Amino acid sequence: MSNPNINWAAIDANPKFQALHRKKTVFLWGLMIFSTVYYFLLPIGAAYFQELFKIKVWGVVNFGLLFALSEFVVAWVIAFLYSRKANAEFDTMAQEIINETKGA
Amino acid sequence: MNRLNKGVLSVAALCSSGAAIAGSGAVADEFKWMTFTVFGVIIAITMAITFWAARSTHTTSEFYAAGRSVSGIQNGWAIAGDYLSAASFLGIAGLISLYGYDGFMYSVGWLVAYITVLLVIAEPCRNIGKYTMGDILAFRNDPKKTKVVAALSTITVSTFYLTAQMVGGGVLIKTLIGIDYEISVIGVGVLMLAYVVFGGMKATTWVQITKAVLLVIASLILVFLVWSPYGFSLPAYLQAVVGDDKVVAQVAKLLGDSAAGMTKEELGQRFLEPGLFLKNPIDQISLGLALVLGTAGMPHILMRFFTVPTAQAARVSVIWAMGIIGGFYVLTLFLGTGAAMLVGSAKIASVDAGGNMAGPLLAQFLGGGENSMLGNFFLAFVAAVAFATIVAVVAGLVLAAASAMAHDIYVGVIRGEKATPKEQVVAARVSSVIVGVIAITVGILAKGQNVAHLVALAFAVAASSNLPAVFLTLYWKKCNTTGIILGMVVGSLTAIGLVMISPNMTYPKAVIASAKKVMEGEPAQAAKEAKPAVAASSFMCELFALEGCVKSEPAKAASLEKPAKPGAADKLALLNERIPALEAALLVADPAALKAAQDDLAKLKKDIAATEKAKTKAEEDIKKFDGQTTSIMGLEKPFFLLKNPGLISIPLGFLLVILGSIFTRDKRAEEMWDELYVRQNTGINSEQATAH
Repeated sequence: MSNPNINWAAIDANPKFQALHRKKTVFLWGLMIFSTVYYFLLPIGAAYFQELFKIKVWGVVNFGLLFALSEFVVAWVIAFLYSRKANAEFDTMAQEIINETKGA
Repeated sequence: MNRLNKGVLSVAALCSSGAAIAGSGAVADEFKWMTFTVFGVIIAITMAITFWAARSTHTTSEFYAAGRSVSGIQNGWAIAGDYLSAASFLGIAGLISLYGYDGFMYSVGWLVAYITVLLVIAEPCRNIGKYTMGDILAFRNDPKKTKVVAALSTITVSTFYLTAQMVGGGVLIKTLIGIDYEISVIGVGVLMLAYVVFGGMKATTWVQITKAVLLVIASLILVFLVWSPYGFSLPAYLQAVVGDDKVVAQVAKLLGDSAAGMTKEELGQRFLEPGLFLKNPIDQISLGLALVLGTAGMPHILMRFFTVPTAQAARVSVIWAMGIIGGFYVLTLFLGTGAAMLVGSAKIASVDAGGNMAGPLLAQFLGGGENSMLGNFFLAFVAAVAFATIVAVVAGLVLAAASAMAHDIYVGVIRGEKATPKEQVVAARVSSVIVGVIAITVGILAKGQNVAHLVALAFAVAASSNLPAVFLTLYWKKCNTTGIILGMVVGSLTAIGLVMISPNMTYPKAVIASAKKVMEGEPAQAAKEAKPAVAASSFMCELFALEGCVKSEPAKAASLEKPAKPGAADKLALLNERIPALEAALLVADPAALKAAQDDLAKLKKDIAATEKAKTKAEEDIKKFDGQTTSIMGLEKPFFLLKNPGLISIPLGFLLVILGSIFTRDKRAEEMWDELYVRQNTGINSEQATAH
């Protein structure tokens, strides 16, 4: 199974691998930074923007409660976006590189 | 007693003698047989799973990683089963039932943590790793050195978490059904060891899946029953919650003096607004950091990704886990508020001050109440799920600690990777027994100890030590052995050290002062004027009790004059004096008046019981801490002011990995970078599933 003769440096230098690396880095860091900022808005808002959080929006349901619920939705949307992108693009790109390696 | 013995027989695996079943619990004695039957059925199912799993658990890959044959969806359920520990399943519903919005807000971080796991950890770990976190770090760093440090860190994190689970579980089972604490701990330990030693990762995985499915079913039924009377309308349901007298009373109690000028409507609405529980935003941000980064560094979570066949399956499993865990936390909003409205915070807190009984008591209420068959069946079911939860979580942790001990230290370092396959499996099983016995012993020794800080500590160490090391090994070309060792050692020691001097520890002076307040009463207080909030004199003063610091304090509303409060003994005498008059009132003929008199008497007796409980507790505290003035660290009061050290220890962990790597050179770490980076992104040469 294991193939000690794989030239890892060559794959690393392969433009296709470089393209995969770039796409993944930009996409993952984008999502990561967005989700972290969005998450920390909750404790910050609850501490320093209480007047906003207390505004009733839907019956007794206030902005703060909707914002907390939105954290769940945002987490699920990020999971969905990542999985769609990874299934459609990253996996295909990685498979091409694997095929080339095996063919070589 | 007869029924009881029958029940005991059905859980023979759990308890060795019927005489050990003593004391009371949330379940009334006449219904205990039902609880034991439900427990027995669930234990029987898990034993059947273990028996089945044991037949295909022979090699190391099968023992540690279930032969890498767990599907993505199965692993997703297992992660949820692993993660929804008693603390999150009972604890968060409890926090919501007592503090409303803040409890729900607290749950968010536990889900958001999985975004980090999904985006940066799960797939690379599957592609690079074999059985342990040490394998990932040893890929390009010095194998022996990093494996020792990784194993120590894994064992530390697992032991903290394990102790918290064992102690919490023992208390929980005692509160629910009255089994002695020691017996509960031994029962949990023995069962968990049976799963791990015979069935390895496969049995552990399926016990976790079973538990997660039961938990979700139980919660869905309860939420259906709570919400359906309101036509599944969120505003209509919450309107009923905030309009409830018990909820209003709880908010008024939490707000104390500042509730004086508020209308009933305002008080109820306050339950859905922030600030009833979480007071210090900096502490919360510190906790949030530890959760978001610590989950991805938890060894038992990392280990779950080695059980699936491919990186794609690892991805699928995190997405399922996020769906299940997030969905569950949304349900806890209903469980918690439902318990607050239907059961009442006063009753929940009287059974368990932390609110852990909110879910079980809600189940009992929805089934028809304390004296109904169905109510007690519901309670028994939820109690059994809670028990299965503890066992499943503990099994995962023991497996993680045992793999570090056997695979990293024994096979990797002591035997220098030269152990035969058979020897490796024996080492794994022996290590599991060692860790299991340690867990049981520590669990029993820690009886009655304050262990709440251990969960926070486990996450903080994972976030300050494991995550920086794994993350930078995977993503930073210059990262090397010196950096990893420096970062992990300093990161974990800082986290532990800061917690030791934090408000989490017990400070005898404060305990004695509050116990004396109970015993001796409080003098009358003059009316106070409102005070504006005070900002700390510098950011460092928010974190440390330094000399010359002005501490930050929240604004205080004006308070009215308060009369003196009597001491516990005087209060008891006063309450007892009222009994004869109320008993005399029972002799009236008018049914309505009789009912009122009965209610009054019941309320008075409850008051007396609560006062006696508080008095005993205060007496015990005074005796226990007599003559002590300082915490085990020799401090009279906390020096570090946050409960969560993450804000300092996490950046420090990262910084030291970076500094250590920049200032030293490590040829192997540089040479292996290309291979590591290609493999983590493509999965070439990753560990394959074994055929069965």
